[in-house]
Amino acid sequence: MSTPVLDVRGLAYAYPDGHQALFGVDLHVHRGERVALLGPNGAGKTTLVLHLNGILAAGAGTVAVSGLPVAKEHLQEIRRRVGVVFQDPDDQLFLGSVRADVAFGPHNLGLRGAELDARVMTALEQVGMAEHVDRPPHHLSFGQRRRVAVATVLAMQPEVLVLDEPSSNLDPASRRELADILRSLDVTVLMVTHDMPYALELCERSVILHDGTIVADGSTRDLLTDDALMARHRLELPYGFDPRTVGPAPGRAPAPAAPAGPTG
Amino acid sequence: MGAGHGHRLHFHGHSALHRAAAHHKVLALLGFMLVVVATPRGWWWAYLAEGVLLGGVVLASRVPLGFLARRMVVETPVLVFAALLPLIAHGERVDVLGLSLSRSGLEGAALLLVKATFGVVAGLTLAATTEPQALLAGLARLRLPHQLVQIAAFMVRYLDVVTDEMRRMRVAREARGFTARDPRHWGVLARSVGALFIRSYERGERVHLAMLARGYDGRIPLDLDRPQAPAVAPRGHGHAHGHAHEHAAAPVPALLTAPAEHA
Amino acid sequence: MHVPDGFFDAPTSAATAVVAASAIGTSLYLARRRELDDRTAPLAGLVAAFVFATQMLNFPVAGGTSGHLMGGALAAVLVGPATAILCLSVVFLVQALLFADGGITALGTNILLMGVVTVLVGYGVFRVLQAVLPKRASLVPLLAGLGALVSVPAAALVFVGLFEVGGTVDVPLGTLASAMLGVHVLIGIGEAVITAAAVAAILKVRPDLVHGARRLPTATPLVVRTSPVATPAAPAAPTGGEA
Ligand SMILES: Nc1ncnc2c1ncn2[C@@H]1O[C@H](COP(=O)(O)OP(=O)(O)O)[C@@H](O)[C@H]1O
Ligand SMILES: [Mg+2]
Repeated sequence: MSTPVLDVRGLAYAYPDGHQALFGVDLHVHRGERVALLGPNGAGKTTLVLHLNGILAAGAGTVAVSGLPVAKEHLQEIRRRVGVVFQDPDDQLFLGSVRADVAFGPHNLGLRGAELDARVMTALEQVGMAEHVDRPPHHLSFGQRRRVAVATVLAMQPEVLVLDEPSSNLDPASRRELADILRSLDVTVLMVTHDMPYALELCERSVILHDGTIVADGSTRDLLTDDALMARHRLELPYGFDPRTVGPAPGRAPAPAAPAGPTG
Repeated sequence: MGAGHGHRLHFHGHSALHRAAAHHKVLALLGFMLVVVATPRGWWWAYLAEGVLLGGVVLASRVPLGFLARRMVVETPVLVFAALLPLIAHGERVDVLGLSLSRSGLEGAALLLVKATFGVVAGLTLAATTEPQALLAGLARLRLPHQLVQIAAFMVRYLDVVTDEMRRMRVAREARGFTARDPRHWGVLARSVGALFIRSYERGERVHLAMLARGYDGRIPLDLDRPQAPAVAPRGHGHAHGHAHEHAAAPVPALLTAPAEHA
Repeated sequence: MHVPDGFFDAPTSAATAVVAASAIGTSLYLARRRELDDRTAPLAGLVAAFVFATQMLNFPVAGGTSGHLMGGALAAVLVGPATAILCLSVVFLVQALLFADGGITALGTNILLMGVVTVLVGYGVFRVLQAVLPKRASLVPLLAGLGALVSVPAAALVFVGLFEVGGTVDVPLGTLASAMLGVHVLIGIGEAVITAAAVAAILKVRPDLVHGARRLPTATPLVVRTSPVATPAAPAAPTGGEA
């Protein structure tokens, strides 16, 4: 059996103010999987995400990325492997231009010159934002900013892409465009979401986090159709959406031109 | 975004002044205003010359005069103070419209108005012809400490976000029929201030996390705004146009060009 | 009001600029070492944007007049004096260069008066009171308010002093001092009440953010509980066997 890309064992964490958010999380994600992380507000999803690239340090338990433990001495490498797209693109786009924001990560990895330019443009092309490279991020629409935020992470060529509520606040067209982008990427994905149709469409597998522990793990369709389970964990399907009647999720789109992510 | 914020002072244009390097403009502003401030009282011809020079620069910038005039409201408090000076200053009195005014106060007020107005017009012209980002880069070139430039850069970046949050809170207060009219309402304003601080600070924390997630090590490179490769972009993306820049990038170490593959 | 160009003579402007620059230099060192480390740029930048926004907030004083928050004491109690000086200095720098609010030759004067003096006096009063009074978190808002109350007239007095030395108009010292103090005591009361109430509101939600009330985090033992992982009704077949 292959080493999981994400290997979380018994992870517990309390914030400095004493509030404990995680109570022993176990989660394994394998190469090439797209996994949805579901759970009500305050379940600890963002807290878990922040452990995956060592922004928060485990209070108990371990996190490893492709076998490499998340620990101080490996942080640089871990952060290259795990790309986190935060919930609010304004938090992620902090520099004066799209180019500078996308270049920030690869520059910190040591890329310079033409190599850096190429990285920036490739990542922006992947999200369809290449023409906006010289604009200030705060002049872009929300959907465009979310896409640039994804590009800032793709430019680091991560092995696993972690997205915190990627479809929130997007209008339907932007939501669709982002789904197409995510489907076209050849990279392992862990996606935090409240958007059940999105989870069903993009992710074969889902896990449910509730009160700081993983309470369910299985195929997205099975989870979403288990009414008792859904109700127990305060998860609801949007009005009129019935996962039983939705066709099979479209498969991974064949990635045409060489994608950024390394293949496993 | 970007509309109706009242503090968008940049006026898009292509005049020589727009194209001039930001650090030259800042130095010119500082030099000019130092001369103005040091011009002795009574040298009216010198003030005239300074005014003509400033007027010429403003015309050359092709920023509409109305654009500048509307932004001159920042000078209002100075006008009020200048109006008070002749009433309270020492010295020989003169009668103007039945008011006994101090001659030195009148002169002082006139001089203050001239200097302050020059300062405001010159400053507004700088702001109107210089993108905030270019200004920040100019400050860095003038050797303003890196940390200070960074703080200013984050402030400028999030100014709209934060003032927007404050505006939304005010709208929310007013939507519920509240307008601050007297000191009894200070408490409500204070709670908004507290909430705004928490939101701003928490955003700062999240931004810091987002920076760490991309390998931030305490330094922010300042020159990422332009393509890094030497003049002609080898990949032909055509995005290097118009950015004549003299910095040739260092040759890329072969190591870094290896595909990022991991066992 | 921000001091415009031509308000003080050139030597006074230069001298205040030197004092302001050394205060900023010291603050840069202290902020990095003691207050914010590598979070300095993003956090101080956001706090500067916050101060800028609160300075746009007018509060009604009396008879139709209004003052606006200066924020020196508030910032000092919230983020520490060194970071506060940096934030306020950057606010004045940006106001001068992007908004022409405050003269560029008076930048040092503005930073000194409304940044350094309000922060040092406000924080100084706060700390001295904290040292002599019982150390209770519930007192922090009151002390912050008292710091703010003193800081505003203190800045006005320094302004009067500077005007006496380097003012461009001969105004009787007594008249100016009493006029400035009168107005600024009123504004100071508003600043004090708003500072105290804002600090109290922040203490309720995120006490850890208030520098002036900082305490060591209490180390509570972590609880680990393992709940059974439900596999949904129909058998699922995720890639790679799960434990
Ligand atoms: N910085 C923090 N300090 C203290 N508690 C926090 C902090 N951030 C989040 N929490 C708390 O931790 C719990 C989990 O939060 P979070 O991981 O953000 O949940 P989710 O992303 O699932 O909505 C919540 O109860 C939240 O209030
Ligand atoms: Mg969350």
